[in-house]
Amino acid sequence: MSSNVVPLTSITRSRPVSEVAPAVGGGCSSSSCGSSDAQGDMPAHIWEKVKDHPCYSEQAHHYFARMHVAVAPACNIQCNYCNRKYDCANESRPGVTSEKLTPEQAARKVVAVANKVPQLSVLGIAGPGDSMFDWRHTSATFREVSKVLPDLKFCVSTNGLALPDHVDELAEHNIDHVTITINMVDPEIGALIYPWIYFKGKRYTGVEGARILHERQMEGLERLTEKGILTKINSVMIPGINDQHLLEVNAAIKARGAFLHNVMPLISDAAHGTAFGLSGQRGPKPAELKDIQDKLAGGANLMRHCRQCRADAVGMLGEDLSQDFTLDKIPEMPSYDPEPRRLYREVVERERADHNKAVAVAEAELAETVEEAPRKLVAICTKGGGRINQHFGHAQEFQIFEVDAKGVRFSGHRKADNYCVGGYGDDDKLDVVLAALEGIDTVFVAKIGRCPKDDLKKAGIEAVDLYPFEYIETAVAAWYAERFGTRTESASIA
Amino acid sequence: MALKIIADECTSCGACEFECPNAAISSKGGTYVIKASACTECDGDATKCQAVCPVEGCIVQG
Ligand code: SF4
Ligand code: SF4
Repeated sequence: MSSNVVPLTSITRSRPVSEVAPAVGGGCSSSSCGSSDAQGDMPAHIWEKVKDHPCYSEQAHHYFARMHVAVAPACNIQCNYCNRKYDCANESRPGVTSEKLTPEQAARKVVAVANKVPQLSVLGIAGPGDSMFDWRHTSATFREVSKVLPDLKFCVSTNGLALPDHVDELAEHNIDHVTITINMVDPEIGALIYPWIYFKGKRYTGVEGARILHERQMEGLERLTEKGILTKINSVMIPGINDQHLLEVNAAIKARGAFLHNVMPLISDAAHGTAFGLSGQRGPKPAELKDIQDKLAGGANLMRHCRQCRADAVGMLGEDLSQDFTLDKIPEMPSYDPEPRRLYREVVERERADHNKAVAVAEAELAETVEEAPRKLVAICTKGGGRINQHFGHAQEFQIFEVDAKGVRFSGHRKADNYCVGGYGDDDKLDVVLAALEGIDTVFVAKIGRCPKDDLKKAGIEAVDLYPFEYIETAVAAWYAERFGTRTESASIA
Repeated sequence: MALKIIADECTSCGACEFECPNAAISSKGGTYVIKASACTECDGDATKCQAVCPVEGCIVQG
């Protein structure tokens, strides 16, 4: 049984390890472990904390929504991938400016969103500056919101420089998730990424600044681990600067107790005015990103479903409703109605159980029909819920799954929207899609027009539209079994 | 003896306001300004507002 099909029952009651443990070899080691999937090899107390968190649990991201509020504009470091005239390019997309809010305005917005988006489970503060450096605003926001929505989970993202100063307060605020962006553990490399930092009233540059940052990051991580606060590490992959070095980063953070490592591609474009954008530093190709992610898969649990949300993003991952919730569209002080969120949770519990059953059936089918067959990567058009439910023409990104005789596993996301790949016009949409699908020759869609289908075919990519609204695993397993199955039902030996 | 903020360059991040030891910086209608009578240029130390400001050339000699 591979790690993404641990049934929900295994979360609520204990089962023999042999049943829960992911298959070794082709299953776990080369694919997504831990929270890239369901519980996987994650300890029960951690899974309990992350299972409804869309940014930490690959399964939850199909069902739950997060929102970020941009209440912390001040920052204490300068990154070469960031232009401070816009948002932080790491925690939000570069070249975009979020709606900056006061803590009171943020609370208003959260209530308005909670009333309209019952999927909401997490409120994050990720900037646009640094949540820990701008701690006054961050903590005031948590205070305001928890008065109205005590069951909402909070999380913060930080560059780590000011983190050690606030670990105790984080514990008091009941914040049980922190994300630290760590791009290096070697100050020489750090100097290529961070031109300066501001620490205790002074600006430090070069290796000296990077060393202080590194030491503070490690100290902060260690102290969070001591306090039992879950820590995810984000790393921006910068080809030629820290790509291979991320293996060392992974080992260092794992040794200090980080529970998840998320490697994100550098987004670089001269139009964003960042130092890297202007110097022509390129971002990684999807295949290069996957290569590093695969190399890291044996270390700290790896996260593959991150979408690099904006600092004021609202909605399911991969979706952004923030334009529907700008301040002018929100009533003065909306009153909170807890009922929609409660009902939604009930539905999700049922749907998750159903989905897990479908995955188990799909695995059984593969086990029965496929003997030895090549591992394949396939792309899926989905709006969430773990189903093939998106029209090809609407896809802004693809979910990539890996399939072999052992099962169907989530592998990552590939963006195919104009913005993220550098702002091409509509005419080039197909080129953008083809670049995103590098190395993949099959894409599952709910529906696709005749022309794009033919265009894809010319490029050697088959669009499969035979399984609209099916669970992804069910459809991919059926397709794979049909194509690579060697045993027929009657000939199969149990 | 005082520094000033070039309004066009300021991102209104507020970082300098935190850091000024003399509370000389405040927000006025969306951007930040330095009250010249309160700014001591950090008494000869490295000026904190300039050290933290993310935009080069945003805070200059008044
Ligand atoms: S120079 Fe020093 S005293 Fe003057 S505004 Fe900047 S931080 Fe404040
Ligand atoms: S630090 Fe610079 S950009 Fe930020 S508010 Fe002060 S002057 Fe403006």
